[in-house]
Amino acid sequence: MTRSEIDAMIDRYEAKESSILAILQDIQAKEKYLPREALELVGERLRIPLNKIYRIATFYRAFSLTPRGLHEIQVCLGTACHVRGGVRILDRISTELRIRPGETTSDRKFSLDTVNCLGVCASGPIMVIDGHYFGKMSPAQVKGVLDQFDADKRESLNGKD
Amino acid sequence: MGRINSPNELEQFRNEILSKRDPSQPCVTVCGGTGCHASGCHQVIDAFKGVLQTSLKGNGINIRVTGCHGFCERGPLVVIYPQKILYQRVKPEDASKIFEETVLKGKVVESLLYEHPVTSQKIVHEEEVPFYQKQMRIIFGNNGNIDPTSVEDYIAVGGYRALPKALFTMTPEAIIQEVKEANLRGRGGGGFPAGLKWESCRKAHGDIKYVICNADEGDPGAYMDRSLLEGNPHSVLEGMIIGAYAIGAHEGYVYVRNEYPLAVVNIGIAIEQARKLGLLGKNILESGFDFDVKVSRGGGAFVCGESSALVASVAGEVGEPRAKHIHLVESGLWDRPTNLNNVETWANVPVITLNGAKWYTRIGTEGSKGTKIFSLVGKVNNTGLVEVPMGITLREIVYDIGGGIPGGKKFKAVQTGGPSGGCIPESLIDLPVDFDRLTEVGSMMGSGGMIVMDESTCMVDVAKYFTNFLKDESCGKCTSCREGTKRMHEILMEIAEGRGTIEHLDLLEELGWVTAEASLCGLGMTAPNPVLSTIRYFRDEYREHIINKRCPAKVCRALLQYRILSDVCTMCGRCAKACPVEAITGKRKTKKEKGEPFKIDVEKCTKCGMCFETCKFEAVEVE
Amino acid sequence: MIPFVIDGQLVEGREDANILEVAVDAGVEIPHLCYNESVKPYGACRLCLVEVVRKGKSRMTTACTYPVMEGIEVFTQTEKVQRARRMIIELILAMCPGDKLIQDMAKELGVQQVRFKQEDKDCILCGLCGRVCEEVVGANAIQFAFRGDRREMLPPFGGEAMNCIACGACVVVCPVDVIKMKEEADERTIIRWKRALKMKQCKVCGNYFAPWFQLEKFKEKAKLPKDFFDVCYTCRS
Repeated sequence: MTRSEIDAMIDRYEAKESSILAILQDIQAKEKYLPREALELVGERLRIPLNKIYRIATFYRAFSLTPRGLHEIQVCLGTACHVRGGVRILDRISTELRIRPGETTSDRKFSLDTVNCLGVCASGPIMVIDGHYFGKMSPAQVKGVLDQFDADKRESLNGKD
Repeated sequence: MGRINSPNELEQFRNEILSKRDPSQPCVTVCGGTGCHASGCHQVIDAFKGVLQTSLKGNGINIRVTGCHGFCERGPLVVIYPQKILYQRVKPEDASKIFEETVLKGKVVESLLYEHPVTSQKIVHEEEVPFYQKQMRIIFGNNGNIDPTSVEDYIAVGGYRALPKALFTMTPEAIIQEVKEANLRGRGGGGFPAGLKWESCRKAHGDIKYVICNADEGDPGAYMDRSLLEGNPHSVLEGMIIGAYAIGAHEGYVYVRNEYPLAVVNIGIAIEQARKLGLLGKNILESGFDFDVKVSRGGGAFVCGESSALVASVAGEVGEPRAKHIHLVESGLWDRPTNLNNVETWANVPVITLNGAKWYTRIGTEGSKGTKIFSLVGKVNNTGLVEVPMGITLREIVYDIGGGIPGGKKFKAVQTGGPSGGCIPESLIDLPVDFDRLTEVGSMMGSGGMIVMDESTCMVDVAKYFTNFLKDESCGKCTSCREGTKRMHEILMEIAEGRGTIEHLDLLEELGWVTAEASLCGLGMTAPNPVLSTIRYFRDEYREHIINKRCPAKVCRALLQYRILSDVCTMCGRCAKACPVEAITGKRKTKKEKGEPFKIDVEKCTKCGMCFETCKFEAVEVE
Repeated sequence: MIPFVIDGQLVEGREDANILEVAVDAGVEIPHLCYNESVKPYGACRLCLVEVVRKGKSRMTTACTYPVMEGIEVFTQTEKVQRARRMIIELILAMCPGDKLIQDMAKELGVQQVRFKQEDKDCILCGLCGRVCEEVVGANAIQFAFRGDRREMLPPFGGEAMNCIACGACVVVCPVDVIKMKEEADERTIIRWKRALKMKQCKVCGNYFAPWFQLEKFKEKAKLPKDFFDVCYTCRS
């Protein structure tokens, strides 16, 4: 985002201090992370010291200070999904992509995160990629789902979604 | 329709809507709840749209995408009107058949009907399905009847009838009295009487007051609020407007957690619609009452479900709770009197306003009136959202509504109250579900998550899971919570990995005690519950892990042994290929070679379970 | 003045006072780490727990955050309180086994052994440094970041604290003395925040007396004339 784009966004929120979370979420959604320069600008405009902004950016899980991958994978580790083997799904993805939760693949294709509950408990274990939900997952299905998003390996996108 | 300027005009509008709708006209409704979404309802919806477009007889037949029906296990769900025929597990390819047979000819497609698990009888109508029979869906029921993005649908089913009654025929004090008499207790987990809260807030000093809807729903396994907010947002809005009028607040916030994008969208649409109709904003329905609502998004922090942390988050700060002796109703958001209630609590308000406390109190038990929506998940046949009268027993929920445990496995426990709650064992399965009874046995109602566990669930693992969750979600401010959850988790890891000692149990109990007594907020105060309740009811299982280094449920990986049964092994070699650490050796049986049964090197084995999953001949044994 | 009782002793406190400060004045010892009268009470360490009886109900609460109220009865040495305090200091000691103050406090409170895996942190997360920096100095150079067991006091992005004016307030207020400052020739460094600032020389005595950056900030904030700090404090008097 350019400086003027960020300025315009802050103006939409009337540069109110209490809208800091919403502003950061919008930047995160657009840039897939919170660039330092953006945070400095937001701090200036909203008159919030940078240390406070850093605190907010690191407190909430929604934000990332390092760029995320092209495709964001979320594995639900809520209780229902856990009881149905959610950890096995996570392990399989980790093994396939060779990254741990919170990390991004070296080619920046995928980043992996765990979420503490997505609210789709009846269809657990759940895996979400770029907002597409995949329910009743088993470790054996993981590779197939990942391949759908890997442009190099994709043949036809016929997801479960 | 533009601004509505009186209750009469609202009724006129309602009649107009109803007159344009022909209940005998066929209509295809598809559940658009997130559970069905994950099962592929969008493709079903697209398939129906395609069928209706291409068919000459498709004209005039509507498709309605509704809110969550609650029977998530059997989604995608389709209900055909006017007969109200329920089809379950519908696939996109079924659309044309449903259209031809049911919509056009009124005939039932047998294969898509719900089949009774015991009698094998096919059930045609939604209400007759056993899952729904013991439910009382006074709050959740309308989800299936409306498109959540249509305010006309909401009005058509009787929505916004309570609001004019409140604004024009009741004083604020009368409304508070009604809510008090109804004994509406907070549905978010605390169970605090809403009427008393409203009254304190009304009496508090100050002209500027706020009402907030807590839609942070952080308990993993609970998604009732999500489905209510996504599926019937106007019901929550109507409750908030009535509440604001009763309290004297003119500004409200709906705080929705970051992980619920659709809920954010749908409540946003509902707010816009209400504003356009003059049901929100200045001088609502010309009553003289001003009230407007903004949506505030969470940032991904469970602790923000705690009232004071939530309020801090709305104000743009980190979600750090503050001491409880300053009540929110006196000094909350921006130090002003603030009334915070859960989504489901707000949704109960129009129902109580319209029908009265006397009607409402006929449902439920002495201390807990009305209904509660639970998310029944885990090891149960009929997973989904259920709304039941308070006082129903756990047995009825798990067996009559839930259909029992899949695979013929044995029931072990029900976890209620999320990370603040506890596990209830089989010996207590006839416990009537209400606020006080659940607390008495060491758990709590919580927001409504009800996770069923069977013999393949390890209670040590459950305790470990919850403390891990709480350790991550703790804001970290106070020593007792931050260090307490961290160390409880550490000890549980030791136990789960075979390094537990009998002193660990005492240490866990002591840590639990301090964390509960010394912590600043509800998160820390209730953090020990999952640990203490599992030790209370499943102490033997802990001892088995500690003394015999065994996990009876076969969950704790470090305590498992994987073995290949040499007499069952077909020597196909698949397991060896799948093993990530090359711990399996043997000789493949081919046309030329006789082959040798495969064996696992126990030293190298990381207990990942790949061999177990890969073997098609059940030759891998776990113990 | 509001009268109430601490351990059977009648005391009184101002309307906006908290139990801890009244207790300290009255000579009643309540152990505490994160409380300092120069900043708002925080309630993080949990050591100052006491039992308060109000309207017949007893609750455990931190003395530093609880406001004085008429008719309350405060108990600082009940068995419950002592048990909780012992566990809290044991947890802090397990976190920071090398801090002398924590070792002493633990011994005093009767902690015989640490039953948890020892970590090697030094900061007890009381927050005093950050709170002083914000509330008293107004530099806002450091703040808590992350959450849960990853909570840490840091400058933004963990590098050099760019807003730090090297006043040394954090050095003075830290109860466990883990923020160190050093001065070498014309440079002052707050080591923990990686902040090294060049000092200004007094035109009269030639001593290096304060960092340039700090003095510039003061001039800006208080709208002082350009040459205001050309002469050091000592020489001016």
